[in-house]
Amino acid sequence: MSRDKILAALQQNQPELVPLPSTLSFERDESLNLVEKFKVMAEGIGSKVYVVAGFEEIATVIGMDFPNEKRIVSAVPELATDAIPAFLLNESPHTYESVDVAIFKPRIAVAENSALWITEDRMGVRALPFITQHIVMLVDVATLVPDMHAAYLQIGDADYGFSTFIAGPSKTADIEQSLVLGAHGPRSMTIFLYGK
Amino acid sequence: MRVGLFIPCYVDQFYPNAGIATYQLLTKLGVDVVYPTGQTCCGQPMANSGFEHLTTDCNNLFIDNFAEFDYIVSPSGSCTLHIKDHLHSDKAEDKATSIRHKIYELVEFLVDILKVNNLHAKFPHKVGVHQSCHGQRGLFLTQMSELVAPYYSKPQQLLSQVEGLEIIPLSREDECCGFGGTFCVVEEAVSSKMGKDRVKDHVTHGAEYITGADMSCLMHMEGILKRENSGVKVLHIAEILNAE
Amino acid sequence: MAETDDAVKTHPQLSDIFNEDEERVDWHDATLWWIRAKRDKSAHSIPEWEQLRDTASQIKNNVLSNLADYLVSFEKNALANGIIVHWAADAAEHNRIVLGILQENGIQQMVKSKSMLTEECHLNEYLEQHGLDVIDSDLGERIVQLAKEPPSHIVLPCIHKKKEEIGDLFHIHLGVPAGTSDPQVLTETARQHLRETFLTRKAALTGVNFAVAETGEFVVCTNEGNADMGAHLADVHIASMGIEKIIPERKHLGVFLRLLTRSATGQPITTYSSHFKKPRPGQKMHIVIVDNGRTVQMGREDFRASLKCIRCGACMNTCPVYRRSGGHSYHNAISGPIGAILAPNLDMKKYADLPFASTLCGSCSNVCPVKIDIHQQLYKWRQVIVKEGYADNSKKLGMQLMTFTLSSPSVYRTAGKAGRWFLKHVPFAVNNKLNPWYKHREMPEPPAESFGEWYKKNVKNK
Repeated sequence: MSRDKILAALQQNQPELVPLPSTLSFERDESLNLVEKFKVMAEGIGSKVYVVAGFEEIATVIGMDFPNEKRIVSAVPELATDAIPAFLLNESPHTYESVDVAIFKPRIAVAENSALWITEDRMGVRALPFITQHIVMLVDVATLVPDMHAAYLQIGDADYGFSTFIAGPSKTADIEQSLVLGAHGPRSMTIFLYGK
Repeated sequence: MRVGLFIPCYVDQFYPNAGIATYQLLTKLGVDVVYPTGQTCCGQPMANSGFEHLTTDCNNLFIDNFAEFDYIVSPSGSCTLHIKDHLHSDKAEDKATSIRHKIYELVEFLVDILKVNNLHAKFPHKVGVHQSCHGQRGLFLTQMSELVAPYYSKPQQLLSQVEGLEIIPLSREDECCGFGGTFCVVEEAVSSKMGKDRVKDHVTHGAEYITGADMSCLMHMEGILKRENSGVKVLHIAEILNAE
Repeated sequence: MAETDDAVKTHPQLSDIFNEDEERVDWHDATLWWIRAKRDKSAHSIPEWEQLRDTASQIKNNVLSNLADYLVSFEKNALANGIIVHWAADAAEHNRIVLGILQENGIQQMVKSKSMLTEECHLNEYLEQHGLDVIDSDLGERIVQLAKEPPSHIVLPCIHKKKEEIGDLFHIHLGVPAGTSDPQVLTETARQHLRETFLTRKAALTGVNFAVAETGEFVVCTNEGNADMGAHLADVHIASMGIEKIIPERKHLGVFLRLLTRSATGQPITTYSSHFKKPRPGQKMHIVIVDNGRTVQMGREDFRASLKCIRCGACMNTCPVYRRSGGHSYHNAISGPIGAILAPNLDMKKYADLPFASTLCGSCSNVCPVKIDIHQQLYKWRQVIVKEGYADNSKKLGMQLMTFTLSSPSVYRTAGKAGRWFLKHVPFAVNNKLNPWYKHREMPEPPAESFGEWYKKNVKNK
């Protein structure tokens, strides 16, 4: 069996055990303003960032920013309104293929690279954050962490079926290194930073 | 302190002035320097071509010539690095080890051992400094642009002591010139293109001279400059540091 | 240009051809240097960058020294997560396994996201020979697929193509108007064209950037979102991974995700870093763990460290030779410096030229996020290749002559004197077409006397 062959070959050819590094902590600038850093990185990557007081403001801005988009759904229960209905999971992807704007609330926001950690249970369905034409993320500033090490510390040994870091709108530079936003995933990402 | 002068084979045969300048400079600085006349080559051309196993005699000859000295100094980063990394001998391994620890390229010898800080040299010209790869990334003569680390440059430290000398900036501070030993003929197209691009960087930034710690790189760039009928000349750094 | 086994040219031959169009070489070189520059800017924004590299290197050293156990843990945890685990000894077995999964599910069409491993295995060709339709969804990969070429760079598959050429391809295959070259328009075209693919394909194959032993999950990084679009809409998700993609614990992802994209393109992170742990309810998730020569490389003490590679491509971007010869000159799925130390392990005869396609400048080793000693391995491969008998005969002869000359001071001095005499008095004997140096360079001016001769004359014997 190939499994046994491979494992046997490794046992034979592997070098002497080398220990893992004792620490994964790196010097950090504790005075770093996480909100500022996050905003700069997010805008640099191509996201639109709003700092808002609360959810009512969010609904208004979304209405203004997406006047022509027909289907706006929310995977954030607290935000669901008549204009922005809650996303209901259906069997066929074709039922959510037409979503124009989808709204999510990630669990963690990473300042060093504006990456937002969102687990499956907050996606509605796995495909939704990718298939929507535009993505909106509601970020509680209390969930901001400085870097990826801090993010994984927070994630710990959480169980999930699927989770992802989303750092901005989908993009590609495959054609002569010209950056184009909106490859196969969302064309734009809008981030609302709220809270204290 | 007795210093054995190791002159690379191609410097010996084609660019003796670099060797002469090295000898004169060290002597000026009060060093007791001797050139063992039985020396030939460090063996790098063979070793880099995959024929390391043919360098036994070369290695032993090197050991015979240089074992007795307190330091060995060479106006060549790549030859120095080759000895440092690859000199071994079945017959005299302890001598080989000793040599690997006491061999220095000229610039690092001047900066780290002699701690030269007041050269009486004059060279009122615009000079482009070529960071030869083995000297830079192997002997750490100048900080490499790849690393996130504080900048320093031993060649620059010495050149800043030369009156009237202006170092020109470059677009790519430490890109390889493309010589690479037998690479220059085995991969001729890429080698000459790399050399052409290096030369262009210096010339467009106004260099009158291109200098560096390795004559091999300079020989390659000189070949291209001459083919382009350029007035820009190459000079080994020893010749500039020795200029009055 | 399609790869044909019987006419595989060597790197020098292919580079010669590449260099016939100097303007194009300049363009290719400038583009990749720009990416190196972006990498530098990004790395310099992280004061602890070198410490990160050290840490990543140490983690990977640990992985290699404990890989068997980690793979067993990974498998156990993946199985517990509901992932079906397969093992493939070689490329052929990998391809058979993938075919088997598709056939047992009655699937004839598959969408693929980037996987250099599947390039290595020539999966697309194999599946097409068996009547299956495979579409590459990564834009760069889709472009080279339409052009019937292999990718030239592991991260930027069509970096060798100009936008006008891409426009021509899209005109022929996707119906855009002739002469289209706007990247925005071309990307939008691909978006529309591939959206239909994502929605209709029942099977999706992705690569694996990292496989976590501790949790049995794997991570796929993309900017386009194509891996996710494929996987989340498919009934069957197949993930192909090389055995060396293992990392020990989930928290180690923090180190690698900070290094990967900054090293590759200078971005702080890819748009998507997707962690796949369990199949979607109703979905089947398979992972194929592939050896294909990696266990052999593991046994080569000098070259084992090449297995630490996280496929960032930084070595390619920084390599002055790669920039001026292009990925296709390496005639291998993985090109550039890392390709040159991986490939000879697979076929020493076929890839004997690659370790010599370098000046050993060392730039690659110093941008490598996991600190592989690439340039030292290039030197060592040269010794192995010559020892195994794959060196040119003419080179062998030349080297033996050089050894003879340089081992004897008197022969050396005579030869040197003769060489200088010839250059001075019979220059056309040297300055001609037979002398490759002379093609683009003048020979050095022969001096009147060597240093040795000057010393004898001018310095009192000490």
